[in-house]
Amino acid sequence: MTALLNIKTRRKKLERDEKKESTLESSRKVVHLRVYRKNPKQDKSSHFDKFEVPVQRWSTVLDALLHAKGYLDKSIAIRYSCRMASCGSCGMKINGIPRLACYTKVSEIDGNIITCEPLPNFPVIRDLVGDFSDFFEHHSAMEPFIHNQNADIVDENRLTEFIQTPEDVENYLQFSYCIKCGLCYSACPSVGSDTRFPGPQALAQAYRYVADNRDDATQSRLNIVDNKHGIWRCHFAGSCSVVCPKGVDPALGIQLLRGHLVNFSKNDKKLAESRTRNLGKT
Amino acid sequence: MKSSNEDRIYSDGNKRENREGLRAWLNPSRYGWERISYWLQRLTGVFLLIYFVGHVIETSSLVDGKDAWNAMLELTQTTWGHLFLILVIGTSTFHSANGIRLLFTETGRGLGKPGRPDYPYSPVSLNYRQKSGIWIALILAATAMLYGASILFAGE
Repeated sequence: MTALLNIKTRRKKLERDEKKESTLESSRKVVHLRVYRKNPKQDKSSHFDKFEVPVQRWSTVLDALLHAKGYLDKSIAIRYSCRMASCGSCGMKINGIPRLACYTKVSEIDGNIITCEPLPNFPVIRDLVGDFSDFFEHHSAMEPFIHNQNADIVDENRLTEFIQTPEDVENYLQFSYCIKCGLCYSACPSVGSDTRFPGPQALAQAYRYVADNRDDATQSRLNIVDNKHGIWRCHFAGSCSVVCPKGVDPALGIQLLRGHLVNFSKNDKKLAESRTRNLGKT
Repeated sequence: MKSSNEDRIYSDGNKRENREGLRAWLNPSRYGWERISYWLQRLTGVFLLIYFVGHVIETSSLVDGKDAWNAMLELTQTTWGHLFLILVIGTSTFHSANGIRLLFTETGRGLGKPGRPDYPYSPVSLNYRQKSGIWIALILAATAMLYGASILFAGE
């Protein structure tokens, strides 16, 4: 009797496995990858290579590219690291739009052809890998750290705690989620034509520190962005916010920063500072 | 061993490599209504600048006397002249209406407040107030063009 039960259970398990296998089989398909190829050290010209890659329902474009690199052509150059939209390394133009390859599922893309190109507005190092040097130079020009004259790192007695309310944090929190993936920089039409324009990422970071009530260098940051190749080159095309994979909304930061420059803002920072002072008293 | 600067041969002195340039300005198709509005604002701006130069030349013909002025006016009394004027009406209406929206937007008004972003992310700056502003500007331009056409072609 027990043996019969065992056979029945085993048969059911087998049926379940077969069903699972057939579901997996049906979720598999083949996509055609068109990968931009260029090696400036050898040849100035570029071309596209085509690969047929098997993918599954949950495959990302990065998975497809790594399959092509692993089994079809190991010379494809890709920059990637975390595979979970945290490091911002795998930004590329996928079917005409800047996206993170690890954050774009193959099933999201219309059609069977996936065209991968390097991010526009970044010089190409090789294939899909762009040179971020200018991008990071613009970022560091914004002095992306807190300036505070009251913070003394030598005299321990002068060290104080920076008190912030949750509302104070929300003024800049979303801008601090930037992973520097460069998608906004490549979608911006002003960056496309002006190499000295800092771009949405750097300007949003400038606002991040202007909106932070622990920082006391508002005026110097406003001076950095207030020039003819600076913040005034943004014409609110909004594309930076469309492509941002982390919900940073750089366009919002830039417009609010411009509000500070023309004194149109409600000056949240001063309000927050007075709130903090009152908190300190109680 | 190579220095890191040697590895930067791609960008040194060649910052314009792979920049989208005019292609970015002229392709509004990929990023939604705000990009379309950006594209239209540019196009209408350039068109109105050209019109402004033509308008100055046209009105300056007054100094050559009444006949020269009338001859210049004749140019706008043709079908093509009317179509051109209808285009001027449409572009100037859109440029003004959208420009007023941008005056507020580009100083941080009507965009919403920063907050804690939650997935799926929806940028507050690209809210429906902005989109409605663009649609209203387009509707106003279309209405003005229709009204202009009804007057200009009324006598024909």
